Amino acid sequence: MASTEAQQDASVKTPADADAAPDQLAGLEAGLDALETRVKDRVPVSRVLLDKVLPPVVAIVIVLALWQLAYTLELKPHYQLPSPVDVGHSLQEKWLDGTLLGYVWHSVSRGALGFAASLVIGTPLGLLVARVRFVRAAIGPILSGLQSLPSVAWVPAAIIWFGLTDSTIYAVVLLGAVPSIANGLVSGVDQISPLYLRAGRTLGATGVAGVRHILLPAALPGYIAGLKQGWAFSWRSLMAAELIATSPDLGTGLGQLLDQARVDQDMSLVLAAILLILVVGIGIELLIFAPIERRVLRSRGLLPNAR
Amino acid sequence: MTATLTQKPVEKNGTGTHAARFDHVSKSFGRPGAQQLVLDDITLDVAPGEFVCLLGASGCGKSTLLNLVAGLDKPTGGSIDVPGGRPALMFQEHALFPWLTAGKNIELALRMRGVPRAERRDEAERLLELVRLKGAYGKRVHELSGGMRQRVAMARALAQDSRLLLMDEPFAALDAITRDVLHDELTRIWRETNLSVLFVTHNVREAVRLAQRVVLMSSRPGRIAREWDVEMPQPRRIEDAAVADLSVEITEQLRGEIRRHGQH
Repeated sequence: MASTEAQQDASVKTPADADAAPDQLAGLEAGLDALETRVKDRVPVSRVLLDKVLPPVVAIVIVLALWQLAYTLELKPHYQLPSPVDVGHSLQEKWLDGTLLGYVWHSVSRGALGFAASLVIGTPLGLLVARVRFVRAAIGPILSGLQSLPSVAWVPAAIIWFGLTDSTIYAVVLLGAVPSIANGLVSGVDQISPLYLRAGRTLGATGVAGVRHILLPAALPGYIAGLKQGWAFSWRSLMAAELIATSPDLGTGLGQLLDQARVDQDMSLVLAAILLILVVGIGIELLIFAPIERRVLRSRGLLPNAR
Repeated sequence: MTATLTQKPVEKNGTGTHAARFDHVSKSFGRPGAQQLVLDDITLDVAPGEFVCLLGASGCGKSTLLNLVAGLDKPTGGSIDVPGGRPALMFQEHALFPWLTAGKNIELALRMRGVPRAERRDEAERLLELVRLKGAYGKRVHELSGGMRQRVAMARALAQDSRLLLMDEPFAALDAITRDVLHDELTRIWRETNLSVLFVTHNVREAVRLAQRVVLMSSRPGRIAREWDVEMPQPRRIEDAAVADLSVEITEQLRGEIRRHGQH
């Protein structure tokens, strides 16, 4: 083993230097920290309105204008293509009846319950597929395949199994949403940087603690994306089921309203129902899922240009 | 001229004679028949409280060696003894969890160690203060600069209260000024905590700046080529003449090792 000829001459530090060093070091560090820390600039509200609110408003106005134009030019007879105002009247009528919120609530509560059940089933299922090799090989491909099967295809089968009952509707919703939620979690887990898993293991987070403290929080962004898609699938499946499985026992949701309007040849009510289905679907995504997703991504610094 | 090293007291760091002992350790990867030998016959002791730098070019198996000590992988032959329990490990990337604040990252390490909930917050604050990041408790990882992240990672590693700290090129991705500052920090913390440190790097100056002992590894397969005791007193500066002199000598040797690979 070779040793160095460390030159211990006068230029080497005196103890006084060594004592002065910590204060200097602290100062240097504070300076570096200050220089390298990004300053967040607040975006004024007017800017947010201009960037976020104005564009969709413009788009909606344009669509309404084109629609009104088509109505005025009578591209289709009025009973086939009512004006936006007619549709508004239909909505107003249902609102004044006091039945409008009933339809919406009927569907939304079913959708929410179905979604909650899908969550409870899809989450452990996704975790199993993501972490157990045998399970992944066995049902992973089926699960992704199920996602591309339109869940309306399940309606006839469900009616034969369960008759015209709520079970039919929930069965269809579950078959639509569970694969999405499970697949979202699987891809969320797959996208976890191996570094986090390694770091977790060195900290001693293995087994259940590893799943709870590392795996699930790390997979959260993918999981939330899956939930969002799961909700969209729930809502779609629900409407398909409601539209086909109509019976007095099932009450009246938006799907049944739509079917009733078709039977009555009431085109403005058909369009009004479609509008409501659209608004509810988008509204729940915007009011519930989008804020959660934004919050998660922002807290992790994954929305660099977020405004 | 060389006897000026102040030996660190050993008893404070436990009663053992070593913080880590490698006994004829070898490691191969691949299937039987087509195996590639990555580490060959590594025998090395890290004394309690000692700061050892493992130095080598690419392919010398430095990181593989750290994985073995950290228990993330098993040696093919020989044995590794780490009496202090699971060693703490710091990576080149900070590896902080972005879903937790700086403070909560540290608290997770404390929790995994079994520290009661009531004590975690105070202990995390104390560790942040040790790395001079008082007030960073509630900061998210992305709000911190590269140097600050590595200091939080250091605090998290210290939170494991292990007697052995493994560092896998932890400052390689930092700019020179920040790296220099973190060298000073690491030296200070090492002296305050009396930890044993096994520090892997390919940067000769960094090794000489930090270590009490520099271990040069050859590549493919990784073997211990030579060792140097670095006896300049701490704190050193990376631009010290003595650091430079030893660096030149070690670099020569390192180049020799690398040149051998070009010859066949």
